[in-house]
Amino acid sequence: MKSYLIKRLIAMIITLWLIITGTFFLMHSVPGSPFNEERTTNEAIQKNLEAYYQLDKPLFVQYVNYLKSLVQFDLGPSIKKSSQTVNDLLGRGFPVSFELGLYTLILAIISGITLGVLAALRHNGIIDYLAMTIAVLGISIPNFVMATLLIQQLAVNIPIFPVATWASPKHMVLPILALATGPMAIIARLTRTSMLEVLTQDYIKTAKAKGLSPVKIVFKHALRNALLPVVTVLGSLAASILTGTFVIEKIFAIPGMGKYFVDSINNRDYPVIMGTTVFYSAILIVMLFLVDLAYGLLDPRIKLHKKEAK
Amino acid sequence: MEKILQVKDLHVSFTTYGGVVQAVRGVSFDLHRGETLAIVGESGCGKSVTSQSIMRLIPEPPGKIKSGQIFLKGMDLIQLKEPELRKIRGANISMIFQDPMTALNPTITIGEQIMEGILQHKNISREQAKKAALEMLHLVGISNPEIRLKQYPHQFSGGMRQRIVIAMALVCQPDVLIADEPTTALDVTIQAQILELFRDIQKKTGVSIILITHDLGVVAQVADRIAVMYAGRIVEIGTRREIFYQPQHPYTKGLLQSVPRLDVEGAELVPIPGTPPDLFSPPKGCAFAARCPYAMEVCEKVYPFETSLSHHHYVNCWLQDVRAKALVSSNH
Ligand SMILES: Nc1ncnc2c1ncn2[C@@H]1O[C@H](COP(=O)(O)OP(=O)(O)O)[C@@H](O)[C@H]1O
Ligand code: SF4
Ligand SMILES: [Mg+2]
Repeated sequence: MKSYLIKRLIAMIITLWLIITGTFFLMHSVPGSPFNEERTTNEAIQKNLEAYYQLDKPLFVQYVNYLKSLVQFDLGPSIKKSSQTVNDLLGRGFPVSFELGLYTLILAIISGITLGVLAALRHNGIIDYLAMTIAVLGISIPNFVMATLLIQQLAVNIPIFPVATWASPKHMVLPILALATGPMAIIARLTRTSMLEVLTQDYIKTAKAKGLSPVKIVFKHALRNALLPVVTVLGSLAASILTGTFVIEKIFAIPGMGKYFVDSINNRDYPVIMGTTVFYSAILIVMLFLVDLAYGLLDPRIKLHKKEAK
Repeated sequence: MEKILQVKDLHVSFTTYGGVVQAVRGVSFDLHRGETLAIVGESGCGKSVTSQSIMRLIPEPPGKIKSGQIFLKGMDLIQLKEPELRKIRGANISMIFQDPMTALNPTITIGEQIMEGILQHKNISREQAKKAALEMLHLVGISNPEIRLKQYPHQFSGGMRQRIVIAMALVCQPDVLIADEPTTALDVTIQAQILELFRDIQKKTGVSIILITHDLGVVAQVADRIAVMYAGRIVEIGTRREIFYQPQHPYTKGLLQSVPRLDVEGAELVPIPGTPPDLFSPPKGCAFAARCPYAMEVCEKVYPFETSLSHHHYVNCWLQDVRAKALVSSNH
């Protein structure tokens, strides 16, 4: 186990480093600079500013300096929001985004699995068609359209929920719903397909031949095996939820990372772009790692490490 | 001898897009306490459907038990509802399927899989269930049962897994064990060991076994009696001696000739020419007529009655009908 973890950790660091390097040079290859559109600044001031943010140094030197501060967990100052560091921005915005993402993921997983299992158990029945209709809609409607629809229906037409912001649990309902439908639909479809396949397996026949009740058969014998493929997509679903938060935060005026990130790209606020990318990449890489661990726990055939064989 | 299970005139069909498959068309047999009855026949003749009907595990739809009775201890299983059937499955009748590689749940320890059956049917503690599981593993010849209990199916070989499946099936001490091609997926040496195990556990537990196979070699080793199935019906049934040494149905004879024999040197393998009939619209008369070298006009028109040749030996063939025999002897 230990050697597996160490290997995994090294791989994770290398992945992160590749992402950092790629983002860094790509970002700088895009035309424009943080001070371009500000006509008020004269040449001298701009020079000074560039010197202050080290933008006058050769790119490679900037890169090395960035890595140096990064290993001290210092993401640098924001260029546009002077007097604030990227660490400040993340510290303020991320908890909100994290809440949004986490609740979305939980809702998507629970409702998706429930829907998928019900559909499979009532294969070709009304529930199945209903669930799959919901799933197809969920997959094909982009989350920003869903957000607009929800606001129109449940905040404007029938004012049950507030239109925007992130002040109370009631405020959270619509953004979470808007963001969760897509992943929920994907999980539901995957669960259904996988469950249907598992239900035809011989070991389910064996379980029936033992006289087990349908409830036991579904929950003990079928569900766990059916969820294995679902677990494998959780990593990429988490990624899509992450990027989804940027859009949803913008629509619902939620004070998360999304706003800073989108602004930072428009403004070429290099440290913020880098900081957000690095931070989110790190989270995703850790997520993928956790998914692998979970898979190993769920499926004894997958050996992450050698168990103490006696 | 006590009849532990009686199957009477069982009819089972499946509704498919192509029409209705009459998979089982009037199967009757008795199973005695402590015996091994083998059901043999080519693939598709209705062996699995027959055995799954006894467990009432035919998927409905598309399947349907059209008529018949299956008596276990005086109860007609055909009349029972699901909750009552669940009490019987695994407790009174157990079933072993063909492929031990897929019959066990890959994500549950084998200990749990053995124990859950007994916990389902008997009001005992987990501790006692574990003890029973250990005994079972010991009975089926698995060493280090304490450690094995905590392992997963993938940690066992095919033969070992089939032993575990057998342990699982026997843990509630059922009256009847149905084994559907239990050795087909195993290689020959392992096959022999598993068959040996069947004999051994029968001696120790007195369980009655229905052994389903298309392999007469398997039958020769363990069966007390043999039922030969063709196109959804039993065409001949008798003791192992009777079937092997005095087979009377042309199909049985054909089957025996198509088995490689070690005892007769240079014996030729003669596969039966032709294929079984289409069960969507099975022939009115003897289903074997199209392949039978002795087929007569009557064979195609009327299904032959059952003729008793001895106390145990019955055959459905016009050649054995008393009237045909009388005709033959009067001609001499
Ligand atoms: N679920 C099913 N749907 C349709 N037909 C079936 C089904 N199960 C079995 N059958 C048909 O019933 C007949 C007997 O099958 P089976 O009992 O499995 O044969 P075997 O003797 O090889 O075990 C076959 O013709 C098969 O096509
Ligand atoms: S009844 Fe006729 S066709 Fe059928 S096996 Fe006997 S002789 Fe052959
Ligand atoms: Mg079969």
